[in-house]
Amino acid sequence: MTATPRLSGELPLHIQAPRLVAKPVIGWFAHIGRFGMMVLELIRALPDWRRWVPRAVEQCQNVGYGSLFIVLLTAGFAGAVTSLQAGYQFTGSVPIYVMGAVVTESIILELGPVLTALILAGRIGARYAAELGTMRVTEQIDALESLGRNPASHLLLPRVIAGIVMVPALVMLADCTGLLAGWAAAKSSLGITNADFVYGSRYFFRSFDLWYSLIKAEAFGMVVTMIPCYVGFTADQGAEGVGRATTTAVVMSSVMILLLDTVLAKLLLPGV
Amino acid sequence: MIELRGVHKSFGRQVVLDGVDFEVRRGETVALLGPSGTGKSVLLKHIVGLLRPDSGDVLVDGQSVPNLSRAGLTALRLKVGYAFQMGALFDSMTVFENIRLGIADETQYRDEAYCDARVAECLRLVNLLPEVGRKMPAELSGGMRKRVGIARAIAGRPSYLLYDEPTSGLDPVNADAMDDLIEQLQAELHATSVVVSHDVRGSFKVADRIALLHHGTIRKVGTAEDFVNAKDEVVREFLERDFQLLEAGR
Repeated sequence: MTATPRLSGELPLHIQAPRLVAKPVIGWFAHIGRFGMMVLELIRALPDWRRWVPRAVEQCQNVGYGSLFIVLLTAGFAGAVTSLQAGYQFTGSVPIYVMGAVVTESIILELGPVLTALILAGRIGARYAAELGTMRVTEQIDALESLGRNPASHLLLPRVIAGIVMVPALVMLADCTGLLAGWAAAKSSLGITNADFVYGSRYFFRSFDLWYSLIKAEAFGMVVTMIPCYVGFTADQGAEGVGRATTTAVVMSSVMILLLDTVLAKLLLPGV
Repeated sequence: MIELRGVHKSFGRQVVLDGVDFEVRRGETVALLGPSGTGKSVLLKHIVGLLRPDSGDVLVDGQSVPNLSRAGLTALRLKVGYAFQMGALFDSMTVFENIRLGIADETQYRDEAYCDARVAECLRLVNLLPEVGRKMPAELSGGMRKRVGIARAIAGRPSYLLYDEPTSGLDPVNADAMDDLIEQLQAELHATSVVVSHDVRGSFKVADRIALLHHGTIRKVGTAEDFVNAKDEVVREFLERDFQLLEAGR
């Protein structure tokens, strides 16, 4: 009779294997539950506006003004490159005015919101996770609670509100910058006239495109603030815990942005 | 009055508190002794509801802390001042703003003149100059951070004061000064206090009674004299780590 295979310890494989699978699954459900509780706490903290409004203004400056340069720089280069690559692919095969449509639609529907959100996931997400994680491991969050203060209204809500307010604003600015850069690149390199570029842009443009860009920006604004806030707030002890929280926040936010990007395209774009 | 009844607390498979029964009477100072890592800070966090026991109960003024509503827990926390081990100062705020956040009453918190006076008073009580209020926590030494942490804890005029390792990491001179400060605050504020420490000599100085936490349970409770005369091997072993105390006990 052959011995029952074993992974480690005393328990046989047929008992250990389900446990090994169940543990991370249960862990994920626990995270989802705790995340839901955090969202509930944020909603409960809304009436405490005297606490969160001044702090939200500070955070808006951090998210908005602080990220403006890198967001506009990225959007500008994205617009220019889109224009040049479209020119490389389409010149001689389709009418030149299509360039205007390609640049406009690419920037407004996809590149503006997604690139801005990915940049903010790195810049703001890492910052929030590191700040809150450090506050957790140095007992500052415990201290706040021991003083009878609500961490949701002092720490979390101002950051989330800043994301909800400032990310759409940044996306709109990124859209404008990308379009202008794309226009300039097309004009200087491909010799397209202003009239052709504008004609192409307007030919395929629907006002819903802007709403779609805004809806995506709102959703991404929540993702790049709420996930890092949750991850930082529940960080493990020590410097390693803060480091892990920071990495997790950026990776999770980025993955969620790409996932939401697909889901929203499927849900909101007619005929897809 | 603070009471812990059969409190159990585990983190994963690690049992930290294994049926703790503990009582602090109104107006007295109790030192909770024990080696590092025995769960003294964990026990303290149960008193303000920062941690919930797996089983057992924690009572403050007869109210069961784990069963308090959100509003009830906030009300309790406003009565308790908690001085954290490393100060736990908010590093994005000045010392003044840190201490001000400890003012429990919302009307007083919004009164600029009251806050100025109260923060200055709290700084005086912990033997710090008013100018320290303008500094950021990063500019303070370890001892000053602890003092500011205590100033924040007393700003709301609490009925209970919890000190988590107030002398750890301090040199002997500053540790003595911290013990003097705890005694002085006790004389001025008449709060019910729990001092968590592994410093035997300091605990004997500041406390009316002493409790020894060992392997998740309270091994002995008594006065300093009871401890010096104890026959329990565990108590003796713990006390003998402090050479001076041993000399005094002989």
